[in-house]
Amino acid sequence: MNDPSPPSPKTPCGGNCSCSGGSANASPPPGDDGSTRRAVLKGLGATLGVAAYAKALAPLTELTKETSMDEFLQKHYKELSKDEIATVITRLTQEAKEQYGADVTISDPKPQEGVKFGYALNLSICNGCRKCAEACHLENNHDRPSHQSYIRVFEMTKGSMDFEKGNVHYDHPVPQPDKYYMPVQCQQCEHPPCVDVCPVEATWKEKDGIVVVDYNWCIGCRYCEAACPYHARRFNWQKPQIPAAEINPDQSYLSNRIRPQGVMEKCTFCLHRTRNGRLPACLEACPTGARVFGDLNDPASEVRYVLENKRVFVLKEELGLKPQFFYFFDE
Amino acid sequence: MSDSAVIPVPAKPVPEWRQYLRFAWNAFSQSVEGGWKFYVWMTLLTAVFLVGANAWAVQVRDGMALTAMSDHVSWGLYIANFTFLVGLAAGGVMMVIPAYLYHDEQMHDIVIIGELLAIAAIIMSIMFVVCDLGRPDRFWHMMPGLGKFNFPVSMLTWDVIVLNGYFAINVYICGYLLYKRFRAQQPVAKMYMPAVFLSIVWAISIHTVTAFLYCGLGGRPFWNTALLAPRFLASAFVSGPAFIIVAIQIIRWQTGRMFGEGAIRTLVGIVRITILISLLMVVSEIFVEFYTGGSHTGAAKYLYFGLHGHHELVPWIWTSIVFTIVAVVLFMQPKVNRRPVLLNTACLLAFVGLWIEKGMGMIIPAFIPSTLHEIVEYRPSLTEWKITAGIWALGFMIYTLLLKITINIHSRKLKDTSGARTVTPDDALAMADGGGLV
Repeated sequence: MNDPSPPSPKTPCGGNCSCSGGSANASPPPGDDGSTRRAVLKGLGATLGVAAYAKALAPLTELTKETSMDEFLQKHYKELSKDEIATVITRLTQEAKEQYGADVTISDPKPQEGVKFGYALNLSICNGCRKCAEACHLENNHDRPSHQSYIRVFEMTKGSMDFEKGNVHYDHPVPQPDKYYMPVQCQQCEHPPCVDVCPVEATWKEKDGIVVVDYNWCIGCRYCEAACPYHARRFNWQKPQIPAAEINPDQSYLSNRIRPQGVMEKCTFCLHRTRNGRLPACLEACPTGARVFGDLNDPASEVRYVLENKRVFVLKEELGLKPQFFYFFDE
Repeated sequence: MSDSAVIPVPAKPVPEWRQYLRFAWNAFSQSVEGGWKFYVWMTLLTAVFLVGANAWAVQVRDGMALTAMSDHVSWGLYIANFTFLVGLAAGGVMMVIPAYLYHDEQMHDIVIIGELLAIAAIIMSIMFVVCDLGRPDRFWHMMPGLGKFNFPVSMLTWDVIVLNGYFAINVYICGYLLYKRFRAQQPVAKMYMPAVFLSIVWAISIHTVTAFLYCGLGGRPFWNTALLAPRFLASAFVSGPAFIIVAIQIIRWQTGRMFGEGAIRTLVGIVRITILISLLMVVSEIFVEFYTGGSHTGAAKYLYFGLHGHHELVPWIWTSIVFTIVAVVLFMQPKVNRRPVLLNTACLLAFVGLWIEKGMGMIIPAFIPSTLHEIVEYRPSLTEWKITAGIWALGFMIYTLLLKITINIHSRKLKDTSGARTVTPDDALAMADGGGLV
């Protein structure tokens, strides 16, 4: 820049140091002594600095047990061959034994050809007992202290469908006369925004309509959790804690196996059960028969009967995500 | 045979890349030299950074449960800072546009201050994202080619591309210009001007894409507004220049040289407009929210006035509003150009005000009430504050070193001493004008 003032004697260097910019006549102590002292101080500083860095980052080294090299290098679920998935499952089984003391069986059931799952829930008879949420908690090996579940049951005020007037923390005998109850879980959208936003394709929609997560591929950015309009996704804020005796040993890779810390999880319509011809745990636990599950492609299925004969609606239809979870009322 | 034997070694020109490496090494090793004030400043920053690094290491080991985030408020202080810093990086372009598009000579001389800010801010914003990941060890899953890159559907992959691209462009421009000055050569326009023009477009893109991350989500009405990207840009063009105005003065004070008076005046002129645009957009958002009403207003109600007895964010946002309005009033004073105290107060208030507005005031309310209208509040935990402070400290360290390199080169304290070059008349001119910083 065009600066009219003459160069200040103070620049570029005060001369109190031994830097190359210092003028020759600057410091009284002989150059050698000064620079030796300086070098010693610098060496000391560097050593202390390195030690401080090592100490600060030491907690990372305690992780090596949990994240093996095999885990680190594991490929995306869809890219694993049959043999590779078998190896991975063996490793996961061992980890469950080592870390939780539980003998588990991890399967990898595939979607059945031509099947598309749908779920319907009868709001006229749901009584808000939360047995479904409890069954989900146990079936899916959820973290015990946080009492996690994929299902949240809202106590709604009759005359309104606004969740703002709903309450999830009710603590009194049910059902209350002026209330109705609305359990909410993953709606298994036809156009799932959670899948769109995932930067690493760690979550996708399977052929039978179930949106799944590869817990070993998810990076834990929680973008899907921000994108989901149904509060259906959960994050493992820490390593799940479950006593060995309470662990459900009947597990699958894409559903209820014990999740690692720092990854997303969600309702999978209990695919380890439903892909083998059983019903979801939440349905089996329901004492009122409010829950109806089945194959949307099968004209004879109960869920199809509901869709064709009841007054059915889906949550937040205006968002255009086409949920495969339906709510209905009796005539 | 005998001919080749007599070719003297020094005559063989040193390849450009080796020259560049030598330049980079000299630049770095000299940048960490300094007086006691410099060492105190850097030691302080290192200490804060280490506190943050340790907090992060513990967070990776023990889990994100150490943060105050939850399944209801799943993004917090980290993503708030990330958003703001992308804006700060984009804001650096407000020096580039006057310098290169309007040929503002004074700005041209010191435009690198803004480009270096972009580099530091991008590094910080990427670090904030990494600290927000539950599994940073799986970072490679995001790398195109190596992992699975969900492009173009996921806006986050767009953000990865534009942020890294912006970083690369600015590193290239700064690296080239400093290297040329180091070698006392005139920069060749066609070597860097295309990158400069690209960086202008790119700066707009980084903040637009970052806004698209949020505003494309139909399930979050608070974000789901087309005004978000323009709002982001307007506020970025306040926070960037505000920071640079203060930075120029600090460099002047440290080097004892007066420069950049005209540049500051230009930047003040820019801020006077952008801060009003920014405020106007906030006002029109508030109008739409509250005049329309309905349950989609829940987030705005919670943010500005509290909802059903929950008002964690109310002090934050009113601090921001008051700071911004006071900054507007100060910037509008004609005497702001003559009174550094007024100017710096205005810059500081605008900077902090927008840090809140774009951060805590922008990210958190989208989650409160939740998509199913539950209210779970959020107040950052100590771990989050430590990591945040650590990243800011690192950012200041990087910016300090980058500025030192620049000052060393511009003051010719750091110069090419290999002697293996010829000085052309052009180069002599470039050296003589002393250009820019000092």
